[in-house]
Amino acid sequence: MNIKENIKTLVIKKPLKLDCGKTINNFPLAYETYGSLNENKDNAILVFHALTGDQFVTGINPVTKKDGWWSYAVGPNKSIDTNKYFVICANVIGGCMGSYGPSHKNPDTNKIYGTDFPVITINDMVNAQVNLLDHFNIKKLFSVVGGSMGGMQVLQFISNYPDKASTVVPIACTSSHSAQNIAFNELGRQAIASDHNWSDGKYLSNNTLPDKGLSVARMAAHITYLSKKGLQEKFGRKLQERDALKFGFDADFQIESYLRYQGSVFVDRFDANSYLYITRAMDYFDLVKQFDGNLSSAFKKTRAKFFVISFTSDWLYPTQENKDIVIALNAIGADVGFVEIKSDKGHDSFLLDVPDFLKTLKNFLDKSYSER
Amino acid sequence: MKTEYKIIVDLIEEKTRVLDVGCDDGTLMESLKKNKNVDARGIEISKDKVQTCVSKGLTVIEGNAELDLKQFPDDSFDYVVLGQTLQAFVNPEIVIKELLRVGKKAIITIPNFGHWKVRLNLLIKGTMPITESLPNDWYNTPNIHMCTIKDFVKFSKIINFKIFKSLALTNKNISNINNSNLFYKNLFAELGIFLIEK
Repeated sequence: MNIKENIKTLVIKKPLKLDCGKTINNFPLAYETYGSLNENKDNAILVFHALTGDQFVTGINPVTKKDGWWSYAVGPNKSIDTNKYFVICANVIGGCMGSYGPSHKNPDTNKIYGTDFPVITINDMVNAQVNLLDHFNIKKLFSVVGGSMGGMQVLQFISNYPDKASTVVPIACTSSHSAQNIAFNELGRQAIASDHNWSDGKYLSNNTLPDKGLSVARMAAHITYLSKKGLQEKFGRKLQERDALKFGFDADFQIESYLRYQGSVFVDRFDANSYLYITRAMDYFDLVKQFDGNLSSAFKKTRAKFFVISFTSDWLYPTQENKDIVIALNAIGADVGFVEIKSDKGHDSFLLDVPDFLKTLKNFLDKSYSER
Repeated sequence: MKTEYKIIVDLIEEKTRVLDVGCDDGTLMESLKKNKNVDARGIEISKDKVQTCVSKGLTVIEGNAELDLKQFPDDSFDYVVLGQTLQAFVNPEIVIKELLRVGKKAIITIPNFGHWKVRLNLLIKGTMPITESLPNDWYNTPNIHMCTIKDFVKFSKIINFKIFKSLALTNKNISNINNSNLFYKNLFAELGIFLIEK
């Protein structure tokens, strides 16, 4: 996979002190932009991607040759209208689409980092990405938007940089990663670690890939992104290209075949060690603890307008966890709107064609933009 | 716009902070923003209506007054408005106390169950009254705690809040309610509008 030539990279010279205590500098941050920055430089939206996303938000991803991960929401005349807004998205550090991560070489040893790469956090991710504002000479973003882990970055960003965005849209996320979510992430990490090819993270030096482990991690995670009802309606007990059960362990059911497929396509585009690092960052995310148990304090310094969105069938980041953010904001009289969108598509709703969601997001952004 | 909303807009001072509980499609909030330059927030239980409000650029949270008023600190609004929904709550006393905790003042409107048509309906037909403002049957009405203007005035003494201003809406005419005309207003007004304080 030769990804270098299609990737825009900003080399960040300024040292970045990570939460783990280490400092990194001269590191690459891969990003992509859509639309154009206006003269006043006040139409920029920083989009944050989720666990397995990347900077290629919309259009055809030049590396995977597939649609960008948020093609339903971002593009000309869409919810995040690229005719109107300048959309920036960066690959998170620790990721595998060009930003500094475990598949990069350690400049000190000239060996691929693997698990010697420093453990990064959501806080580190946004502190790296804020450099893009200087790069584009943007004083204040019109909006910061993201779902799932992207939503966590949204919350961390506005907490760290209260004056750097006018509107803030956390979607299907949480202010503090739950035990259940840590458990699912650990399941994925253990699937990877138990693949012999993983070799304590040194697989790239050994020219092997822990495909099986990564694929199982993806299969397990994929279930958590859907809902029971959605799965039942789409697959039920339908059989895969056969009329009767085969009394074996082949994929008899369509759902099995579907999951295997999801696992197999994932390993072509994602790095196993990045999966470990990014899930760890999610698990460590606890904005409530960062502010000594009072989430409201995280938002005290900002005057931004918030809009929180959750989905009825999302059991990974359920409405109540999203509502806790709303409650914390209302407790300090912040400007916050909230809606729970009805959808059977589970946590993945924010990535899919859910018209009520897409319409609401568009209305919020466009109205806020015209009243700015 | 409904006369009820016009009255509420008149009662509210400029540049204040207002929470509209059960803000519906945001018509009142829009008018308050436009005419009184207020910082308006809304709570609405219907997803569709929240989405309508968002499309109008209004700050609204999806929620239920009985559960979601808790999250607002004391005195965080100058006014809290509750339009024609007091009768739908399980515990109106708690709701009124919450309104007056969150807001320095509250504006409550109630469909008057003491209106002569309602009384006549029950007297003649012997069935639960169905009128323009109370269109549901007894078995599917959300209104579980109907009261009259007189009941509300009495309630203010029982649970101890002050009625600062009370207005009656009769055939789109607005009039003041006082002790001497209470009997008539309770018989002829369709709606009672009360500005209350702790």
